[in-house]
Order: sequence, then structure tokens, then C-alpha cells
Amino acid sequence: MPPKVPFKRQQSQLPQTGPGIKPVQSRTIKSTSKKRDEDASTEVGEGADEWTTAKTLIKPPDQLELTEAELKEEFTRILTANNPHAPQNIVRYSFKERAYKPISYVDQLAIHFSLDGNLLLRDSDEGRRQGARVSLEAVLAPVESTVMEAEETEVKEEGSKEDIPTAAAEEAAEGEERPPQPLKEQKLTNQFNFSERASQTFTNPLRERACQMEPPPRATFSASANQWEIYDAYVEELQKLEKSKEKEKQKPLVAKKEDKPRGRKLTSLESQSDDVTKVTKAAKIVERMVNQNTFDDLAQDFKYFEDPSDEYRDQEGTLLPLWKFQYEKAKRLAVTAICWNPKYKDLFAVGHGSYDFMKQSRGMLLLYTMKNPSFPEYIFSTESGIMCLDIHNDHPYLVVVGFYDGNVAIYNLKKSHSQPSYKSCAKSGKHTDPVWQVKWQKDDLDNNLNFFSISSDGRIVSWTLVKNELVHSDVIKLSVDGTTKEGPEGLQLHTIGCGTSFDFHKKMDYLFLVGTEEGKIYKCSKSYSSQFLDTFDAHHMAVDAVSWNPYHMKIFISCSSDWTVKIWDHTIKTPMFIFDLNSAVGDVAWAPYSSTVFAAVTTDGKAHVFDLSINKYEAICNQPVVAKKKNKITHVQFNPIYPIIIIGDDRGHVTCLKLSPNLRKMPKEKKGQEIRKGPEVEITKLDNLLNLVREPANKPAK
Amino acid sequence: AEVEETLKRIQAHKGVIGTIVVNAEGIPIRTTLDNSTTVQYAGLLHQLTMKARSTVRDIDPQNDLTFLRIRSKKHEIMVAPDKEYLLIVIQNPCE
Repeated sequence: MPPKVPFKRQQSQLPQTGPGIKPVQSRTIKSTSKKRDEDASTEVGEGADEWTTAKTLIKPPDQLELTEAELKEEFTRILTANNPHAPQNIVRYSFKERAYKPISYVDQLAIHFSLDGNLLLRDSDEGRRQGARVSLEAVLAPVESTVMEAEETEVKEEGSKEDIPTAAAEEAAEGEERPPQPLKEQKLTNQFNFSERASQTFTNPLRERACQMEPPPRATFSASANQWEIYDAYVEELQKLEKSKEKEKQKPLVAKKEDKPRGRKLTSLESQSDDVTKVTKAAKIVERMVNQNTFDDLAQDFKYFEDPSDEYRDQEGTLLPLWKFQYEKAKRLAVTAICWNPKYKDLFAVGHGSYDFMKQSRGMLLLYTMKNPSFPEYIFSTESGIMCLDIHNDHPYLVVVGFYDGNVAIYNLKKSHSQPSYKSCAKSGKHTDPVWQVKWQKDDLDNNLNFFSISSDGRIVSWTLVKNELVHSDVIKLSVDGTTKEGPEGLQLHTIGCGTSFDFHKKMDYLFLVGTEEGKIYKCSKSYSSQFLDTFDAHHMAVDAVSWNPYHMKIFISCSSDWTVKIWDHTIKTPMFIFDLNSAVGDVAWAPYSSTVFAAVTTDGKAHVFDLSINKYEAICNQPVVAKKKNKITHVQFNPIYPIIIIGDDRGHVTCLKLSPNLRKMPKEKKGQEIRKGPEVEITKLDNLLNLVREPANKPAK
Repeated sequence: AEVEETLKRIQAHKGVIGTIVVNAEGIPIRTTLDNSTTVQYAGLLHQLTMKARSTVRDIDPQNDLTFLRIRSKKHEIMVAPDKEYLLIVIQNPCE
């Protein structure tokens, strides 16, 4: 700051420092030069003591008391320009001479006191700069409108008093040398006439504003965890773990959790749709139950009814009709084959076709269960009539079928479509005449499924299922042997033997019997394709069925349209038993529970049941089992475990009949003797009978 | 279509009064009976079946209910619980 301004103020303020000066203030301002005199002379009353005491000398207390003489003594001092404290022997290493050299010049200046002043010389550079700055401010002041009035006046005052002349001189000297730098320099606040201004804005009144949301939906959820719910959760978790292990081991757990709700969503969506296909299984069960309720009496009979009148009839028995199986679409089709399922004892297959060769049409394969007599379990429609069928022992879902047109086919019950899984064709060696019998064989050496078929074209064919293809190989051609055998008799009509039935030996795989249309029965072996082991002149008409006894390995039975049923020992050329049934015999079957019981059905609608151990000459049951006399019974089969038989007629009906106790009588218990059971017993039982027959038969021969 | 035919056969069977298919929530989705009877049967039998199932499973969690037959003086009610649906058939066996 310019020093003069504060100095001036100090001057005016100085008198205030003294106490009680106020009344005299006006006077002191008037004349400063006279001040001392007046103070010393006139104003004694107040300030006289101060001035007098100031004149007395104050000695320091430790001042030496010196005598006059001592005081007057003179000491002579010579002042020199040499500094006594300055060192004389300073040496410095000289690189030039490579040695220490004494320094000749030593600084003799000693500073005892120094003080920087703040006064500037007016003509010095700094002084001028200061002057210029002050003058600029003065010039610019009116331009700045924001500057307060008080400050402006002050600056003007100051400027008018001292600065303007110098400023003018400076401006003249320096001219336009300086750019308007000072403009940028901040203006300092006036420390002495400064007023702070502030204003308060109107405060807005507080307003409250709020809105209320709809509350989020709430639901109370409560459940109790049962033991089985926990179990289910664990099972589910385990299954998931297994699945994830199978799929990828790296699958993160988070993904699984995401899967879960998605699955639930889907099911909930599905459940909304009107999709009743899911109740398929339930519907099936319910249908069976409804049937069970409807045919409750039959079911009770099947299980518990034993004809009480048998006790009084001594030897004869009856057949109790149970369910009748029929299907609307198979009404006009004769039952051409029936076969029990080896695994499901209540299930049986029925083949529909026609035995009237003038009226051949479509065929049908139906599988019924005794649990639902009103509707077949499986339905397969075929173009050609079915003539025979067989169900595989180890694969009870495979049904082989022989058709009237000579084809053979395999149906798979596991597959839902209605077409056969495998079918022969004209290229692959199908028969040229109706297939009269088919039979599954044990799997061959390569574990391929295989079966045999016989047809009236004279061929016996072995079919093997190799890689989804039916491969055929002819085992025997009956024509060759037929001509040689018939040749001598001169019958040209029988140039080919027409096979109608065959049966494989239960123990000896290679051995089998073939019944032909001419009434002959051939004993054949798989290993000799051109020769027969034996020939039986069995019947005068077509052999409808041949069957080995299930117990006795030598015995077989045959039936024919010539009204007879014959029982043979395959080692003896003549029959052991002959039964005339007064009507063409359609089918004959051994009972599975006894070696001496068999059933035969005739075209006059009767079923005949024989038990050789009870009656060697007549049937112990001889009963018409169809409603109308016209209906011809075509086939009969024993159930493997239950005491029932099923018979089929040519109107498409299948009837189930229960054997009364007399028909399945076991050898009577003797006291103290255990009842022996088993195949041995059955064999001896039949052997005993045969011995009885043989002896009288042989004796007259001799 | 196979189910439809089976259901038709059941309905056509002697003595069958009605068949109802009920979904997992107990809502009838198919019926041959009138509305109020259906709703009543569906609601009550759904509860009963759930309870029966719970009972069976509580005794042995690995076990499950496969069927429920209720023999009454007048009818027999057969309930076949499937995974999601219940099939209810009401039959008069003495007809």
C-alpha cells in the first residue's frame, strides 16, 4: 500500500492515545507546529508531571560509580578497516597447481545490524510501478459500475491529493507501455468503509405430498411335511443328481434350480388343457373293474365254483361256461387259431379267418384277457385270413401268424402300430398255399429267433429273424416223398403232400411229426430233408392236429376230419387208442395237468373230454357248448394253470369253460400213502394204461 | 382316441352311472353326469383320494395308492388316481 495514506491517518489519530485529551482535540488539529510549546507552557494542569519526570536521568542499577578523574581519563582507540575476527589463514585447494594455496583476500566486512526498510524512492522502478498502479485504479474507477460509491469517492480523494500529479507524470513517461493488466487484478476490499450486504429470500412453505400404492398380493401358505413328501423330495433329488452325472459333470447347480420351476410351469399349463390321454392306463384298469363288477358271478364261478353234482355222477364231468369273448368286427370270421400267452396266464391270442375256401376275406388277430371279456386287449387287422398263430415262450410279446395267402408275419405287442413288425414276401420264400401251422423254436446257435411253418404247398420252412429280416430255409419238401409213396398206388392227384399240422418233440429238438391232408403222419427229423423217419397211415382224411403228450415222450395224439381221434406210440405203427366222435374233429389238445386227459372239439358243436385213466372207451364229458347247433367248434386249448379251456367257433366267438372236478380228478389217495406228484407219476400212469392196451392188441396178432 | 373309446365303452357298460375325469386341483374336466353331481363327486372324492394316498404313503413312502374302490349300498365308486388326473366311475353293480 502507499505508505502516505496510513501515515496521514496516524497523524490525526495520534492525540487520541493520551488520556483525557478529547476536549483539546479541535485545537491540536488546527496547528501541529505549535503543539509542543503550548503543551509545555499552558496546559500544565494535566500533563505537567509527565514532562518533568521524563527529563530526569535514569541510571541502570549496575552502573559503575566513577570518579571525576576516571571520567575525564582519555582512552585512545584507533579504528582500522581490518576485521579483527576475520580469519587470516584460509587455504583452498588449487587444481591448477595441485596444492593448497593461502587466500590473500579476506572479507573484512562485519555486519552488526541490518533492517530492511519499506520506503520507496519515488523515482525508482518500484516506486514508479506503484504510482502507476494507483493512478490506473483512479482512472478506471468510474467505469466499474459495480464498485461501491464509498470506495469511489475515497479513491478520488486520494488520487486528487497525491497520486494524480505523479500518475500524470508517469503516464506521460511510460505512455501506452502497459497493457490493461491492472484490470485483471482483483480489487481489494476497503477495510475501513466496508459494509456487508445480505438478503434473505422468502422461504417456501413446506408442503406434504404422499401417495399410497396398492398393497402387493398376499397369500397365506401352509403345509405340513409328511414323511413321504420328504421321501419324494429325496428321490427327486437323487434322480436329478444321477441325470446330471450322466449328462455332464460340469453342469452347474444353478441351472438345475432353474429347470425346476420351468418344469412346474409346463405341467401346470398342460393340466389346464383338456388332455385326457393321460388317463389311458387308469381308464384301462377301470374298464376291467367295471367288467369285473358286471361279470362278478362269472368271476366267482371261475374262482370258487366246483360242481357239487359231480360227486353223484361218479365218473362223468361237466363244463361250466364262463365268459364269452367276441368282437364286433370279427363277428363273421371263424376262429382259426387260439393260443394262451405263456407268461400272462389270463391272456390269449385268437386268430380269425375263414375255413370256407370259397369265401375268403380279411382276417384279424385279437388278444383277449379274462379280466376284460367285453373288449380285446390288442387288435390287429389283416388283409388275408389268419390260419394259425403262436406266441413265443421267452418273448411273450412276439406273435407269429400264418396267413391264408401263404405269408407269415411277426406281430410285436409292444409296438402300438397295427402293422406286423416283420412279414414274409413273395421274394423271400413265402408259401404258395395257406399256412396251416406255425411254431416258435428255440433260438438258434446265433441266438436268432426262429420258427417253423407248414403249408399245403408241401414245404416245411424254417424262418430265422436275422437283423430285422426274415430268412427262410426249406427243411423238408413233402412232395418228393409224397409221390414216391403214392406212386405205386397210382394216384396222380397226390403228387404233392399237403402238410396241415406238425408238432415238435418236447425233448428231442430235431424230431417232429407232420400231419398231411391225405391223412398220413410223417415222423421227420431236421437233419434229413429228403427222407422221413417213419410214416403212419393214420387217417382217411386230413389230419387236423398232431400233438405230443406233455409227459410221456413216446406218445402223441392226432385228430382228423374222418371223425376219429387216435393215440399213438411213435415207435409203433398202429394206434394205441381210437375214438370215434361221430363228427369231424377240429382240434385236440392234451391237458397240462395230467398225462391221460385230453379234449377234442367236433364240428357239431360239442366238446369231448377224455380221461384215459378213468374211461378208456368213452369221453367222460360230452357236452354241446355253443348256442346254436350250426356253429362249428374249430379249436380248443387248455389254460396252462387254471382248470379252464377256451374253445373257438366259426362265428368268431371264443368261449371259456371251467372243467368240473371230475374232469381233473387226480389218483385217489390211499390211506397211509402220500400223494405222489410229478411227471414220473404221470408217465407211469399212462404207461400202465398202455400196457393194458398193448397186450390184448398183440395177442390176437400172434 | 384310444382313451376316448375306452371311456365310451366304460360308459356304455351295464350299470355304469357316470364317469368323471378330475384334474390335480380337483376340478372336473370331463363328465357324463349333470353339473352339480359332478362338482360334488369331484370335490369330495378328490379329497378322499388325497387322504387315502397320504395314508398309504405315510405308512410306507415307497408305496403308492393305485386304486380306490368304495362299495356302498347303492353303488360302487371306483377311483383310479393317475399322475395328474383322477378317473372316477360310478357303477351300480346289482343292476
